[in-house]
Amino acid sequence: MAERSWSFASAFRGMFSSPTITEETWDDLETALITADFGPDVTEAVLDELRASVAKFNTTDPADLKRMLRENIEERLAKFDPTLHLSERPAVILVVGVNGVGKTTTIGKLANYLRNFDKRILIGAADTFRAAAVEQLATWAERAKVEIVKPEQAGQDPASVAFQTVERAIRDGYEIVLVDTAGRLQTKGGLMDELTKVKRVIEKQAPVAEVLLVLDATTGQNGLAQAEAFIEHAGVSGLVLTKLDGSAKGGFVLSVQEKTGLPIKLIGQGEGISDLTGFTPHVFAQQLVG
Amino acid sequence: MATFGSLSARLTETFKNLRTKGKLTAADVDGTVREIRRALLEADVSLDVVKDFTAKVRERALSDDVNQALNPAQQVVQIVNEELVQILGGEQRRLEFAKKPPTIIMLAGLQGAGKTTLAGKLAKWLAKDGHTPLLVAADLQRPNAVTQLSVVADQAGVAVFAPEPGNGVGDPVKVAKDSVKFAQAKQYDTVIVDTAGRLGIDEELMKQASNIRKAIDPDEVLFVIDAMIGQDAVNTATAFQKGVDFTGVVLTKLDGDARGGAALSIRGVTGRPILFASTGERLEDFEPFYPDRMASRILDLGDILTLIEQAQEAFDEQEAIKVAEKFATDSFTLDDFLKQMQQLRGAGSIKKMMGMLPGAGKLKEQLENFDEREIIHTEAIIQSMTPAERSNPKLLNGSRRLRIAKGCGMTVTDVNQLVNRFEQAAKMMKTVAKGGVPQMPGMGPMAAMSHGGKKKQQTKKKGSRSGNPAKRAVENAGIAERSATNSAGSSFGVSGGPSSPSATGPSAEDMEAIGKMLGGGR
Repeated sequence: MAERSWSFASAFRGMFSSPTITEETWDDLETALITADFGPDVTEAVLDELRASVAKFNTTDPADLKRMLRENIEERLAKFDPTLHLSERPAVILVVGVNGVGKTTTIGKLANYLRNFDKRILIGAADTFRAAAVEQLATWAERAKVEIVKPEQAGQDPASVAFQTVERAIRDGYEIVLVDTAGRLQTKGGLMDELTKVKRVIEKQAPVAEVLLVLDATTGQNGLAQAEAFIEHAGVSGLVLTKLDGSAKGGFVLSVQEKTGLPIKLIGQGEGISDLTGFTPHVFAQQLVG
Repeated sequence: MATFGSLSARLTETFKNLRTKGKLTAADVDGTVREIRRALLEADVSLDVVKDFTAKVRERALSDDVNQALNPAQQVVQIVNEELVQILGGEQRRLEFAKKPPTIIMLAGLQGAGKTTLAGKLAKWLAKDGHTPLLVAADLQRPNAVTQLSVVADQAGVAVFAPEPGNGVGDPVKVAKDSVKFAQAKQYDTVIVDTAGRLGIDEELMKQASNIRKAIDPDEVLFVIDAMIGQDAVNTATAFQKGVDFTGVVLTKLDGDARGGAALSIRGVTGRPILFASTGERLEDFEPFYPDRMASRILDLGDILTLIEQAQEAFDEQEAIKVAEKFATDSFTLDDFLKQMQQLRGAGSIKKMMGMLPGAGKLKEQLENFDEREIIHTEAIIQSMTPAERSNPKLLNGSRRLRIAKGCGMTVTDVNQLVNRFEQAAKMMKTVAKGGVPQMPGMGPMAAMSHGGKKKQQTKKKGSRSGNPAKRAVENAGIAERSATNSAGSSFGVSGGPSSPSATGPSAEDMEAIGKMLGGGR
């Protein structure tokens, strides 16, 4: 991607080119932050802090404001530790999220990413609900050249698939286990309970190293409701932000991070198998603000 | 949900403050408009649309032609509601069919919006109306999208056209083109083309979508979008409008708690109508989009019309008449009770139906606690009875009850409760069937089950049997409204909160008054 379409660059171009900071600059800044899905709360907080900084350093140069904004966002993002903790053997990673955020794709990419570290990886296809989800995951497993455990029959209990996957990982000495789950809206109590069960069943054999919640960058303020529900039911330990190659900026993750204390651990930005990277606050803020 | 209210919760909160005042002042309006702005932004309505919207609301609220008969809160509710309906599209539009079959419908949207699932839902919906839809697998990008579409087609019981294996193999434009010829040859009257998900900024793929559009010249191009999308809805919608010039919008995942900010934005920016709403995981969870209902939903006035329609579809008319006769002649048995219950479950989750009732936004927590398994338990109890016991519950003595409890894994107390509830219900129904006024003493603090069971019977039994469909609908609407009020009231009783309902803020009566007022104003 030559142009980072999801950066603020275009929105900021006009704003930072005026010679001094005016009320209009502040208005434009508010618009830019809200348009990037930061949400009213975070936007207000960021603006207040920036106004305080501008007053403190007594500056009128928009370039200073831009730098302060970048630092402010970076500081907010850097409060949390983005490391994936995979020291247990086997290290079980459970991937959860609402429908259509890119869980299966993320697993394919993550498997490929981890395989580069010479780990033996096993994938469990516990999305037994959606049509052809198992086949989709199998294709990704093939591309990433890793093994996959499929359900024995259609519509099998996802918890039992997860159990069998971990069982096989322990028996055959796999180091990392990735478990895919069906997408579910956070408002469906029954389905959320099912997720709790999947996790509980896995924990009978091995501790779950990471529960990754996949969030779609195009999501708006509903992302927070999603995170809260999945934390409650699945004990989420980290976030994955996908589809950052689109025009959405994913600003809502700031409020998700701040309100839930969950770090972003990975970001996905494309449909290719290598389009997954670790999360670095500095780079993210840089790209966002430009 | 305390920190992050849905749009309706936010607005309700706002109006609560207004309601306590006698008259609207400029300061009131400014404060309220600020809250509305914030609520809309939190609901992901795009900033430009929000600005327009709040400006209009403010202007109208301060103008002199506001209805003096209403209290200030009602005035603002009315204005907000009218403006919401206005943006959402005023009148609804139906799917346009080609004069000469096949009608070609193309689906386009971002990755993960729900296109493939929607293709199945649309096909099933069309097939139900006597059409012969053909699903076309033109998503050759995502791994196994073709397989998924085939499975979905199978579930929907419709044909699928999938000449290419997908996973990057094959030319979607050619597939789409061939499918139309295939449909003409095989006499399918509707062709639904599922395309790959693509980003608005991906020029290459947008070009491809545009080529598909040119190749098949569809009658409808539906832009499928996730109701949870944020501010990017505007960029994406604009990009797709430029790329494939869609003719209508489908909003998916509306069963979540994101309440349609995207709907407002897309309507406001592209002007294209929203034709359908997708509201669940099953292929039946799909309905035409009604702007006024959506506005009411956002305002938490409930979605009574949808509720009635779903209930009507699920309840067999003939069956209903038969049951009503049984009530009247006192020959209503536990078997009928069971059958009704199963019918109701066929109508979809009870939780979902209750969620459509006005004021239900405030009952969220109680809805969460309502356990659908209660119904399964009740089923189990009845199924553990002998046929003789089912038709004559008076047979049930202590030892029989013990046997039933053992048979279904419940306690004797549960069995007793069920029998009592059944007798009460039958008695009440009998009164009503004979033309009496329904008294609902049992609707007080209730077990979750009695809520479900009775509501269902109420809906069905009280349903007007008028032969004129229009008249029937009107009468049924009245019935549902009444029952809704009742249920809201009783739930307040259960909540165990402040003893006086008026202390809990907007009461069920208030909401009902607003509902009536809006209904009349429209």
